[in-house]
Amino acid sequence: MDTTIRLTVDGREREARVDTRTTLLDLLRERLDVTSPKKGCDHGQCGSCTVLLDGRRHLTCLALAVAHDGSEVVTADGLGASDASDASDEGALHPVQQAFLDHDGYQCGYCTPGQVCSAVGVLRELEERHPSHVTEDLTGPVAADDEELRERMSGNLCRCGAYPGILAAVRQVAGRAAGEDA
Amino acid sequence: MRELDYRRADDAAGAVALVSGDPEASFLGGGTNLVDHLKLGVARPRVLVDISRLPLDQVEEIELDGGGRGLRVGANVRNSDLAAHPAVRAGWPVVSRALLAGASGQLRHQATTGGNLLQRTRCVYFQDVTTPCNKREPGTGCSAVGGYARYNAVLGASEHCVTVHPSDLAVALAAVDAVVVVLGPDGERRVPFEELHRLPGDAPERDTTLDHGELITAVELPESAAAATSTYHKARDRASYAFALVSVAAALELDDAGRVADLRIAWGGIAHKPWRARTAEAALLGTEPTEERVAAALAEELADASTGEGNTYKVPMVTAATQHALQSLQGGRR
Repeated sequence: MDTTIRLTVDGREREARVDTRTTLLDLLRERLDVTSPKKGCDHGQCGSCTVLLDGRRHLTCLALAVAHDGSEVVTADGLGASDASDASDEGALHPVQQAFLDHDGYQCGYCTPGQVCSAVGVLRELEERHPSHVTEDLTGPVAADDEELRERMSGNLCRCGAYPGILAAVRQVAGRAAGEDA
Repeated sequence: MRELDYRRADDAAGAVALVSGDPEASFLGGGTNLVDHLKLGVARPRVLVDISRLPLDQVEEIELDGGGRGLRVGANVRNSDLAAHPAVRAGWPVVSRALLAGASGQLRHQATTGGNLLQRTRCVYFQDVTTPCNKREPGTGCSAVGGYARYNAVLGASEHCVTVHPSDLAVALAAVDAVVVVLGPDGERRVPFEELHRLPGDAPERDTTLDHGELITAVELPESAAAATSTYHKARDRASYAFALVSVAAALELDDAGRVADLRIAWGGIAHKPWRARTAEAALLGTEPTEERVAAALAEELADASTGEGNTYKVPMVTAATQHALQSLQGGRR
């Protein structure tokens, strides 16, 4: 069974006719040539396919495209433009992307687009005061310390083991977001 | 993957009509488990009825039928939103803790309240279609009996199935005496939480007591002093993003003399359903919950535990985790 899907992907209106079994990840990569979300495990265990779906971090491998018709997708490729005051500035880097560069938050880079999308999601969840597994007091304030950042980023695996750089990058931006020194 | 007919439900009754009338139809919620099963060949529906856009996404304070107050959680409330809800964090911390101990930030945005309860076992044999499994294919046998046994149940198993239920949320809801609101072709019914999931017996293909086509529309959380002093402890192979080896949901109310006025203990990773430790609860009611008394009560609860080489660790692990949870609550940590 085929169906027509309309999405906003990185600020552009996109449309494709796909089989109902197609995942959002395969629609983006194979049909729309949006290749920054990566296929790692394809079973929801690695996080490399993470995008921002309607503003929240979301796996695309465990999502059927047809169920998300009409949604807004921002991939790592569109993060810079989504953050820039001038939306036409397509080459701009999002602060999280710049922080990954500053701190060598990758080695091979395959998991990186998922990592940066997840990190942007983490920062929003911190702003919304969402607690995590390691939050001591569920009714108190939520800190952005290293233990919190590690826990919140645990859905993104890095086989190169670039975790110290990833943590340093997220810490830098989280510090700015909280109005502290980077 | 089999060809899929996709339908989007207009309302809950319409969704129920579509699925209950077709043995090869399934509801689709957040999809975090079902989409994986479509890829693995574990689930082979012909029709998917998408319920994810139904307006079952509210958390509301309610008056309960039998008196008292509570919270009504719509089946489509996402795990992340339920965990972060201020009323849940204050009044049912065990629910927030259990949700936050499960999956990843991404998956919690996707997974729904109803779907979380209906997720299927992570038994390695259930997920591998090349191996016999009575739950996936009734009558083929159980590969986990005599196979890789580390995750196997220690209470309530049968010769037909020795697996455990994977949900953290379900363990918390068992401990707070939640009620599941279910819509079927003949109308609504309310299921006490302990009656939602079942032990395997000779029909391990059935995880729950729901009929095909019945839809969870909400979960109700009754308010109580014990629920407000509750927590969730989970032991797993890595610090984050892993299923439980064992887990404990505990809710405790002490009287002025420090004796147990109300206690609920539920275990995950122990049985085919969240295991409510009623024997231990009854033994501790009215007593001061010292380490020795708790140890004796838990030993009584676990007297019928059946273990082999692979999973014998679960008995001391769940005992220690329960001691730890109760001590945390007595120390004021929820």
